[in-house]
Amino acid sequence: MTAVAQPVVREPLPRTVVAGLDLEKIRADFPILAERIHGKSLVYLDNAATSQKPRVVLDAIAHYYEHLNANIHRGVHTLSVRATEAHDAARQTVRRFINAGDTREVIFVRGATEAINLVAQTYGRRHVGAGDEVLITAMEHHSNIVPWQILCEEKGAQLRVAPINDRGELRLDEFEKLIGPRTRLVAVTHVSNALGTVNPLREMIAMAHRRGVPVLVDGAQAVPHFVVDVQALDCDFYAFSGHKVYGPTGIGVLYGKAALLDAMPPYQGGGDMISSVTFAKTTYNVLPFKFEAGTPDIAGAIGLGAALDYIGGLGMGKIEAHERELLAYATEAVGAIPGVQLIGTASERVGVLSFVLDGVHPHDLGTILDREGIAIRTGHHCAQPVMERFGIPATARASFAVYNTREEVDALVKGIRAAREVFA
Amino acid sequence: MSTEKGELSDLYQEVILEHSKAPRNYRKPESANQHAEGYNPLCGDRCTVYINMDGDAIRDIGFQGSGCAISRASASMMTQILKGKTKAEAAKLFEEFHDLVTGKEDAAETTDLGKLKVFSGVSKFPARVKCATLAWHTLQSALENKDKPTSTE
Repeated sequence: MTAVAQPVVREPLPRTVVAGLDLEKIRADFPILAERIHGKSLVYLDNAATSQKPRVVLDAIAHYYEHLNANIHRGVHTLSVRATEAHDAARQTVRRFINAGDTREVIFVRGATEAINLVAQTYGRRHVGAGDEVLITAMEHHSNIVPWQILCEEKGAQLRVAPINDRGELRLDEFEKLIGPRTRLVAVTHVSNALGTVNPLREMIAMAHRRGVPVLVDGAQAVPHFVVDVQALDCDFYAFSGHKVYGPTGIGVLYGKAALLDAMPPYQGGGDMISSVTFAKTTYNVLPFKFEAGTPDIAGAIGLGAALDYIGGLGMGKIEAHERELLAYATEAVGAIPGVQLIGTASERVGVLSFVLDGVHPHDLGTILDREGIAIRTGHHCAQPVMERFGIPATARASFAVYNTREEVDALVKGIRAAREVFA
Repeated sequence: MSTEKGELSDLYQEVILEHSKAPRNYRKPESANQHAEGYNPLCGDRCTVYINMDGDAIRDIGFQGSGCAISRASASMMTQILKGKTKAEAAKLFEEFHDLVTGKEDAAETTDLGKLKVFSGVSKFPARVKCATLAWHTLQSALENKDKPTSTE
């Protein structure tokens, strides 16, 4: 035996550990990922439509109904106190997660859609008049188009649309030019649901603010994928849905700056949003309750809180790194398939890979992939103007979450190649 | 699993694939005197059906539009079977076709659908029924000469 040290044989890192995340463990946290679809392992790549829910979220909801269920802000009895505390804690969790300054600025709603409608029907109806303008972009989801169309139609105002380029990026110069003396509000998406484009929000918000115009951000496709700090962004309103960020359906959040929310008329009337009611006059409750008429989705808020705690625990930075790596891998692998044309090739992109396949309609591709257990979205993704911009009726869209793996991307690639064979 | 593959090949039968690649009567007949536009808002598929009505009979028929293999093949084969049929016959065929693709019992045995029976596989794919029936819904509007676009919703 010599004294020469033997080289240390290291075990290779398990492949499931990516960007510091143990994917195998994470996948085990999501019961539905064990489902078999047509006899195959589920490959769930429709996360931009809705994400799956970890066990902790399901448990939090069950725990609420089993141990806390009562109406909030009313009873002196123990259960009502417990339910109120749990609901308050969920609001605190949301505040921390998006770094809002105060829980008064965190309003629970049904989802991003309701959040945007709330602002259109309150702030919008008060501040947008005949001849005024609301500015959106060409990459908005229908939920950030239609509420403004309804408002503009009612008020005789104009909806202006900032264009995008062939890569699916906002034309920032055109956007800035469109902010004019009659612009009363800018409403833009943080991340495009159809293209994955990440908008340069800080610059956009600064541009609008220089002209004294407030900005609403549709953050439904951003919050699941990277750290969102509403104070750093300096946005005036920020909307997102719980179900796209590993929480339950039926719950979402509107963040608004307190000064704006305070000055806005209420959205819906009812219980909880008042401080006193007589037939002569009603005094509205303080924020955030002024905008939360009726018994809220208590279990939903608690479930959302559990979801945000869960991904906060994993680390948003790690999630972002993993998903970026996965999207880059998928973009290269899918892009290399003959006949594939990627739709949306912005330099800043998260979560979404949209494409068309020569000779195979997205619907047929979706059906063929489904038989392999692979779930993708096919269609116009509630963004028909985006489809029109690219001159196509529909795309196939694979969208990613923290639990997705390279092996699943490989399965997708294999499925797309098989679909080409069917239609060869 | 083989049964799953079986269902997929039941859906994408050779005849269907062939019609989707080379649809028949993909044109606007010059003699067309009635037409209607169909739209499936779920997927963005569009279809315009043109007919030349001679009294109660469909003298000529064509279609144009964009859509998946199922909707193109369905439109193509629909135009083939309908030439020379009366309005009432067309309505009966649509009813039978609808029963076929929605998997009504015995639908495949008791119909006059002939070649269109290849669409029986659609019944195993509920999400695709609207693709198969878009052209037929549009035909119905064209026969009534409706101005408004037909929607599958």
